[in-house]
Amino acid sequence: MPRLISQLDPRSESFQDNANYHRALLVELKEKLAGIALGGGEPALKKHTERGKLFVRERINELIDPGSPFLEFSALAGHEMYEGNIAAGGIITGIGRVSGLECIIVANDATVKGGTYFPITVKKHLRAQEIALENHLPCIYLVDSGGAFLPLQDEVFPDKEHFGRIFYNQANLSAAGIPQIAVTMGSCTAGGAYVPAMSDESIIVRNQGTIFLGGPPLVKAATGEVVSAEELGGADVHAKQSGVVDHIAEDDAHALSITRDIVGNLNRKKNVELALKEPLEPAYPADELFGVLPKSLNLQYDIREIIMRIVDASDFQEFKANYGTTLVCGFAFIHGYPVGIVANNGILFSESAQKGAHFVELCGQRRIPLVFLQNITGFMVGKKYEAGGIAKDGAKMVTAVASVKVPKFTVIVGGSFGAGNYAMCGRAYGARFLWSWPNARISVMGGEQAANVLATVKADAILTKGEVWPETEQEAFKAPLREQYEHQGHPYYASARLWDDGIIDPADTRRVLGLGLSAALNAPVEETRFGVFRM
Amino acid sequence: MFNKILIANRGEIACRIARSARAMGIRSVAVYSDADRRALHVDTCDEAIHIGGSAPGDSYLLADNIIAAALKTGAEAIHPGFGFLSENADFAERCAASNLVFIGPGAQAIRSMGSKSAARQIMQAAGVPVLPGYDGDEQAQDVLLEQARQVGFPLLIKAVAGGGGKGLRSVERESEFDAALQAVKRESMGAFADDAVLLERFLPTARHIEIQVFADTHGNVVHLFERDCSLQRRHQKVIEEAPAPGIDNGLREDMAAAAVLCAKATDYVGAGTVEFLLAPDNTFYFMEMNTRLQVEHPVTEMITGQDLVAWQFKVAAGEALPLEQSSLAIKGHAIEARIYAENPESNFLPSTGRLDYLQTPQTSANIRIDTGVRQEDEISAYYDPMIAKLICYGDDRAQALARLKMALNQYRLIGPKSNINFLHRLCTHPAVLAGGATTRFIDSSLNELIAVDPLMDENALISAVVFLLQKQAQLIQEQQRDTTDPNSPWAASDYWRVSEFQAQRLNLQYEHNEIELAIYTHNNGWNIKIQDNTFRVEILASEGSESSLLINDLRYESVVLQSANTLRVLLGNVPHKFTLLDKGTVSENLHRQKDQIVSPMPGKIISCTARAGLHVKKGETLMVLEAMKMEHALQAPHAGEISEVYFSLGEQVNEGETLFVFKE
Repeated sequence: MPRLISQLDPRSESFQDNANYHRALLVELKEKLAGIALGGGEPALKKHTERGKLFVRERINELIDPGSPFLEFSALAGHEMYEGNIAAGGIITGIGRVSGLECIIVANDATVKGGTYFPITVKKHLRAQEIALENHLPCIYLVDSGGAFLPLQDEVFPDKEHFGRIFYNQANLSAAGIPQIAVTMGSCTAGGAYVPAMSDESIIVRNQGTIFLGGPPLVKAATGEVVSAEELGGADVHAKQSGVVDHIAEDDAHALSITRDIVGNLNRKKNVELALKEPLEPAYPADELFGVLPKSLNLQYDIREIIMRIVDASDFQEFKANYGTTLVCGFAFIHGYPVGIVANNGILFSESAQKGAHFVELCGQRRIPLVFLQNITGFMVGKKYEAGGIAKDGAKMVTAVASVKVPKFTVIVGGSFGAGNYAMCGRAYGARFLWSWPNARISVMGGEQAANVLATVKADAILTKGEVWPETEQEAFKAPLREQYEHQGHPYYASARLWDDGIIDPADTRRVLGLGLSAALNAPVEETRFGVFRM
Repeated sequence: MFNKILIANRGEIACRIARSARAMGIRSVAVYSDADRRALHVDTCDEAIHIGGSAPGDSYLLADNIIAAALKTGAEAIHPGFGFLSENADFAERCAASNLVFIGPGAQAIRSMGSKSAARQIMQAAGVPVLPGYDGDEQAQDVLLEQARQVGFPLLIKAVAGGGGKGLRSVERESEFDAALQAVKRESMGAFADDAVLLERFLPTARHIEIQVFADTHGNVVHLFERDCSLQRRHQKVIEEAPAPGIDNGLREDMAAAAVLCAKATDYVGAGTVEFLLAPDNTFYFMEMNTRLQVEHPVTEMITGQDLVAWQFKVAAGEALPLEQSSLAIKGHAIEARIYAENPESNFLPSTGRLDYLQTPQTSANIRIDTGVRQEDEISAYYDPMIAKLICYGDDRAQALARLKMALNQYRLIGPKSNINFLHRLCTHPAVLAGGATTRFIDSSLNELIAVDPLMDENALISAVVFLLQKQAQLIQEQQRDTTDPNSPWAASDYWRVSEFQAQRLNLQYEHNEIELAIYTHNNGWNIKIQDNTFRVEILASEGSESSLLINDLRYESVVLQSANTLRVLLGNVPHKFTLLDKGTVSENLHRQKDQIVSPMPGKIISCTARAGLHVKKGETLMVLEAMKMEHALQAPHAGEISEVYFSLGEQVNEGETLFVFKE
């Protein structure tokens, strides 16, 4: 297989300059994540652990196979969205290996507002279940939650993608043969009671876990009956009388050990049917990625410099290298898994879109997973291109990407603007996983363009009235727009709202894609039936 | 010369005898008990025959079975080794009656030297100096007390039939005499069915010097110089050397002449040893004569260049002694250390178990190892817990000692507890380096010789942790290889997380302390944090249980063995033990430990008052175990009730077995 050769000099000043800039972005991200990893903060954590409970992240560490990775989703969920600190959206989700099986783990963080569900908490929980469904991953729920966050009940309770959907999903995941296991490690009140009740198998921790539809205060208010939480819905009640749980654990560690045993006996076997290769490290070190990326999204660079630092041995068999050159397509291996890579190398023209559609068809035909590397300002505009059918050609690529059934993975390595986002398998296009780099920007168009478009529209209206719009006022009009786009297009803003599955260290991209590929292959690769391509 | 001999022994001495036999073209027959089915001595001999059950009384002590085995295999002679039947006059006679040559002295010599009082009388008559004492037949209490006053205090009361440290008491003053006498009589009656005693002046600062003698059937007697066996614990030798330091030729000749006199006085034939006590003023006194090969004979072989077992064969075959006295000379110095499976920190209690890892120093002309075990063999409670004899030779004493020290450093063992580190401390102690220590030296310097509450060695802990990390990674990789996703990145073991590598936390227990570790992965290895110290660790090389590690830039060689949650680490030659605390099950284990009384050593239950339902007071003795002449009482840890008893009187138990369960 041909090997990509770098044209960059890692010792050059510009390379070092880029690296410093992007490393600083990463440091900022890591500091943010380190803060989030502390959950609800020291006092809440102290209270939590004094009751003999493990912190949610410790629970996950204990649950998964020793030493194995944990691919956490959207750690920035809820970031700066609500009053107060809703670290990680109050829920930790991700994929971890338990007894050798990749599982979805959904774990409430009781140190964050008692583990109650904010709107973003619900969204994150549902996204985890969606990943479980698409990739056939058993679900383990570590429940420690006071239920819906009541002040925001209108954004949590009634709608289709709200709280009720959690249990709907549990029923349907179970129906699809995807095991549902719940560990009650704290409160499971009201609606929350259905998490263990709807599970295939459940565990409760003695003197910690409680499950009831109405808690002691509600019972007292309703019937006057005075009862303790443990008497009402503790381990003995549910394991010996009600049958809501199947196993009693003496403490968190014991509960997690039982969970590991349950997963160990699920009788599941992964069947990977791809032609795998022995994994090889790229010929160029991953941390050179920081120097490859220009500081500004406006500067074009060769996307192959990224590809060669992600794929095995930097080997890349390019498809149609001389046609539609603003889109780079080709075959490679990541961690030994075959992939088709679709990567932006400039504005999308008709040719590039057609080439992209063709390549996606090939991957569908050959059942090769697709990896999209997004750095796209959009499709080319202008009279010539509209007349040339760029909308039609763009539609071909969008159709191909939307309907191809192989696992798709998207990494936003730069800009993600306009219809380019669609063609390059944006969030709406069913990528199994979508990750962003710290330098990414996502919006309908760039801030500058948006400001100019809106200013032009307004200037035209003013001109129609026969008035004049002074230059300084125009600038004052554009500045906040630019700022708004910059703010909303920032990856923290995007990730907080779950427009991606997390912001990753660029140097981890290869590993993250490898983990995603391996997890996705728990589900058989479906046969593709493409939609109608407009010719 | 014989064509075939049978070796009526086991372990290192059986292997030792077989080696000389083979060198002389004599076929050897091994005998073995149930427990020794796969023992090294069985492999070392040319033939092997089963003679009975594991307990010595069911096999190695059964004269009938051994004679039958010799006749069945066509052996012409029996070499008894030492211990077992080697000083049994009846056995010697029965060999003769079956037309088998007993390789040793005549029955009469064995018998007379077996009685301490008879031996004393013969030697006194022959003009060999004996300690002031009383060896008369009159055994009445008042007579003995009167004799004791004449002998003077301190004195020793010895059972006439006693031996091997049993039936022996020292009495400091008259007021203690009666009690000690009763104790010796009781003990002797129990062990030897004879309660006669003799009294002897006790020399508190004497050395144990013995002379190797050899006699043939042609009337020749020679000596092969002396050995100093003063370094003893519990009346058993641990380090022996030849020649004895600080003995001039005059004294040597005097003692040797006395020993030759002993041999002649008993018409002795074969190898024998005359033991003397040497007082600080260089006066010496006959103690006893051992009518067999001694454990420590190799030091004599090394300084004389002779094969004493070959000499035994020749004498037994009727040949004359290979050399005359004038041809024998001392060349250089040799020291032997006995490596035992025992716990010096716990009053030298014997320890048993499998030799899970055993690496010995390279042998050479200067380093000799006599052993009867290999790696993976078992040190059982049935026999002497000696693992090996390590014998080092040098041009002079200092060189021999230096070699012994180095060889002990290279003696690496994981298995039962051993005295290797004790021996190392012993042979580097100033008093031992100076030479001339007395028989009481070990007892009086015990605190300097045993490890008192050893501090945890962090490097050993790190070795254990690295072993766990490696094993964990290997296990996962191996399991992964058999799947349809053989190279899955999920099989990584570096604790990767989206934000940063997660620290792995491990909890291990050392002695009674729980230690928490945090482990951080880095490019080539780990940073391991123990309390407030961080160690940078890399693996340089690793194969099986052996690893070469770089810890904070220093290189260490370690061996780690794991069974269940127990990790045994050998760093250099110092053993360490850690327990991996599995958080999911820890509470259960603690609960279990508290209520179960486990055997602290292998042994036989010689008393048992424990029974289910019995209510006991704290400290009440519930069971007594006996092993290697030591009695160990097991007491109630607190007041309560016994809920279950798993063993009964007379049963043999292993170390660590649950004996009974106790509840509050």
